[in-house]
Amino acid sequence: MRILIVGAGIVGASIARIASMYRSLEVYLLDREVDVGWGASKANTGILHPGHEEDPSLYPLRAKLCVEGNRLWRIWARDLDIPVKFPGELMLIFEGYENEARGYIDLARVNGVPGVRLIYRDEAERLEPLISREAVAAVWAPTAGVISPMDAVIALVENAVSNGVKLLTETEVRRVVVSDGRVSGVETSIGFIEADIVVNAAGIHADEVARTIGLDYRLKPRKGEYILFDSFADPKPRRIIHPTPTPISKGVYVVETVDGNLLIGPTAEDLPYHFKDDTSTSIEGLSRLLSEASKLVEKLPPRDRIVKFFAGVRPEPPHGDWIIEAYTDPWGFVDVAGIRSPGLTAAPAIALHVFDLIREKYDLKLEVKSSWDPRRKGIARIKDKPPSYVKKLIEKDSRYGSIVCWCNVVSEAEILEALRRMKSIGLKTITLDGVKFRSKAMYGFCQGSFCRAKIAFLISKIEGIPLWKVKINSVETNLGIGDVKCLLRGEVDG
Amino acid sequence: MVRYDAIIVGGGPAGLSAALNLKMNGFNPLVIESGDRIGGVPIQCIHTGFGLHYLGEDLTGTEFIYRLIERVEDQGVEYKVRSHVFRVRYPRTKYPYKIVEVLSPEGFLELEAPAIVYTAGAREKTIFEIGVTGRRLSGVYTAGEAQAYMDVYGILPGSRVVIVGSGDVGLIMARRFALEGASVEAVVEMMPWPGGLTRNIVQCLLDYDIPLLLGRMVVRLEGKRRVEGVITVRVDEDMKPIPGSEEFIECDTVVVSAGLTPNIRLLEELGLAVDPSTRGPVVDDYLESITHQGLFIAGNALVVNDLVDYVVEQGESTAESVSMLLSEGVKPRSYTRIVRGDNVRFIVPQYLSCERDAVIYMRVMKPEYDVKLCFKELSLEFRYPVVRPSEMLRLKLSRRDLDKLKGSGSLTVEVKRV
Repeated sequence: MRILIVGAGIVGASIARIASMYRSLEVYLLDREVDVGWGASKANTGILHPGHEEDPSLYPLRAKLCVEGNRLWRIWARDLDIPVKFPGELMLIFEGYENEARGYIDLARVNGVPGVRLIYRDEAERLEPLISREAVAAVWAPTAGVISPMDAVIALVENAVSNGVKLLTETEVRRVVVSDGRVSGVETSIGFIEADIVVNAAGIHADEVARTIGLDYRLKPRKGEYILFDSFADPKPRRIIHPTPTPISKGVYVVETVDGNLLIGPTAEDLPYHFKDDTSTSIEGLSRLLSEASKLVEKLPPRDRIVKFFAGVRPEPPHGDWIIEAYTDPWGFVDVAGIRSPGLTAAPAIALHVFDLIREKYDLKLEVKSSWDPRRKGIARIKDKPPSYVKKLIEKDSRYGSIVCWCNVVSEAEILEALRRMKSIGLKTITLDGVKFRSKAMYGFCQGSFCRAKIAFLISKIEGIPLWKVKINSVETNLGIGDVKCLLRGEVDG
Repeated sequence: MVRYDAIIVGGGPAGLSAALNLKMNGFNPLVIESGDRIGGVPIQCIHTGFGLHYLGEDLTGTEFIYRLIERVEDQGVEYKVRSHVFRVRYPRTKYPYKIVEVLSPEGFLELEAPAIVYTAGAREKTIFEIGVTGRRLSGVYTAGEAQAYMDVYGILPGSRVVIVGSGDVGLIMARRFALEGASVEAVVEMMPWPGGLTRNIVQCLLDYDIPLLLGRMVVRLEGKRRVEGVITVRVDEDMKPIPGSEEFIECDTVVVSAGLTPNIRLLEELGLAVDPSTRGPVVDDYLESITHQGLFIAGNALVVNDLVDYVVEQGESTAESVSMLLSEGVKPRSYTRIVRGDNVRFIVPQYLSCERDAVIYMRVMKPEYDVKLCFKELSLEFRYPVVRPSEMLRLKLSRRDLDKLKGSGSLTVEVKRV
């Protein structure tokens, strides 16, 4: 039986990993981009939410799967060697909002979130000295964590592929094909692909996929902008800090990412339907973020410590709860759509839940392969490693001693390993962005102005292409337009 | 543990001239360079304007640095390339030695020396640091990066170019693109005056009919995957955008030339005192850090210079200071602090020992005509027909003059109309 998953974001990749466990399944994972995780997974806060903000009477799936996901990530992160930490979070309570705070304590009890307590200012300040002086109390949730969503997607896909999943990037699904009441496959930009089960995890575009079998709902694009500070920026809170949520969003977070950068975000801006791919930042958004963040912490690092800003578009389902359904008409269509926050947290639990549905609705007996390996190792990084370990690495391969990215201390060996892994999961196009996400080179305060050329040069040698043809972030985006004399020779239109 | 008299972090013009002079003084320095070869940024500068003061010749950056490299080779100065200084440590038990941890293909090296000369240059400001919003698109380069593509790697980034910022590198790159047949749509400068040297405005923009838009800033990039254009907006005196003044410029390439920042992360990790006005270390007239004994800084890591000649001069100055330290040992100093008065953006060094002649480098905040530069407590004045932010001022104060200051706390420097 062939199962085809549309969308290699955090949700699709988690489902692919679970699917790769079973003996009788042939698994395809499709994405329209050149690499995995380039939709909403690329640009979000990276928080593993505890689950005390989800009201089970309104959003039962969100409540249940968030708490479960938070627990599962501890195991998944260990097995997949994904950097993760659990600093806990403080939801700050300002004067007049004490009753609202108690509501979250109740939700924590109902949802079974461990350790959530209402604490007073003195204790909150001991946990995090940087919290705003205006905060009178806080809801302390010790199970909150941070993860890099891109690290997570990459790890999940590597693990899934090593367990037999076939990844097809640059493959856009145009239509789900149904015959005799059953799904028979998908029409894509590279042709028809047969499948018995199609899982729609197409993120912000999932409604377009669902529409091709007659499901009529619209996902609302909601933009979130972020500001990222340098890892050396000071001061930097150790705990995750955020305000009490509103119905629109969980509010602006101030958080130290797992890589040690200070991250502020997101904004929540509803976009017109056709602006799904609008990941642009704005002056208004950035100034809002700085003003919201300064209500949460006493002091922010100076603005000249900002490394970059970015935005992501998240899918907002029509009624707030996720759309997770395994249809029997047509048989084999599984919808996993509108996975808004806390989607990253819940992803492992969503994947398990999806398979419960598949087993139940399609009456499948699924057996776990004896060869299934839950583990995957991350790229060995020399940064933050003890000298003795680094010495051994360089002895083994001198390219570990050849530092390409000076800001983040990334060696040539790590870049080459990132390239090897991109090939091994089956990417058709090697991009500089793909190397960036895997190696963390070009990710520091110089944003690649020192090292991008050197990395592009490595790619051009390995791929056997001219340097100017090295791709930045898509098939169409070349590093240059030709050799330096190409315009003078009249070969390229100026 | 391998010992040297001095470890020089960075093999560009500052580091090489420091090493060369130390070697000629009979010491044993080691240069550590991250890149594949020594020479630093001038290697990629194929335009002239290098060495007028220092060599009395107008050379390209490449020619200039090869002259220096030849002398370094002739003198047998030891250096390591593809070697990255990972950390500098000041272990108390090792005093006065400092430990430099180096990652290199040879291995993880721990080297020690009583003096460190830090000459790691500067980095370019990115598109984010100057607040340009929009999508993350391809077709965006810093000026130095674009220069490396064209003149080291031999590829052309794009054909319709907007240069953001009118610093010298941006102006040089505007001409460079024009020479290769690209259309340079505009150089956009936020300030009401250009950021680069006058000679570059003339030779790089006017000679090639490239428009210079003053008092405008690029606020947003437009495009799907690659840049398709930029939105610029006029700014008022407080550098705030004026609503309604937006203009779109079509282009496929954006080159950011918005200035440089001393590349001193390694030193910040040490807890070194940093001057917010230079974003470089706080030093005395020996170019030694006032917080870290035996740590000397020169070149663009100290302060962003506009001429390589100043960079070399600073390198030589640190060599002299290190030689003195090595032969005479650590000596306590008392300091006079320099205070910035009217229209002074920065001054390096920030502290004076007043024990010897001192060279001072400074920049003004805004252009002024017919002014005098006053050193208040010294009752010294220097007249200038014009001062510009783009042109660094270099002055020498004599020991005899400075002697009057000994014991007093501060020296105020200000620009006054005549």
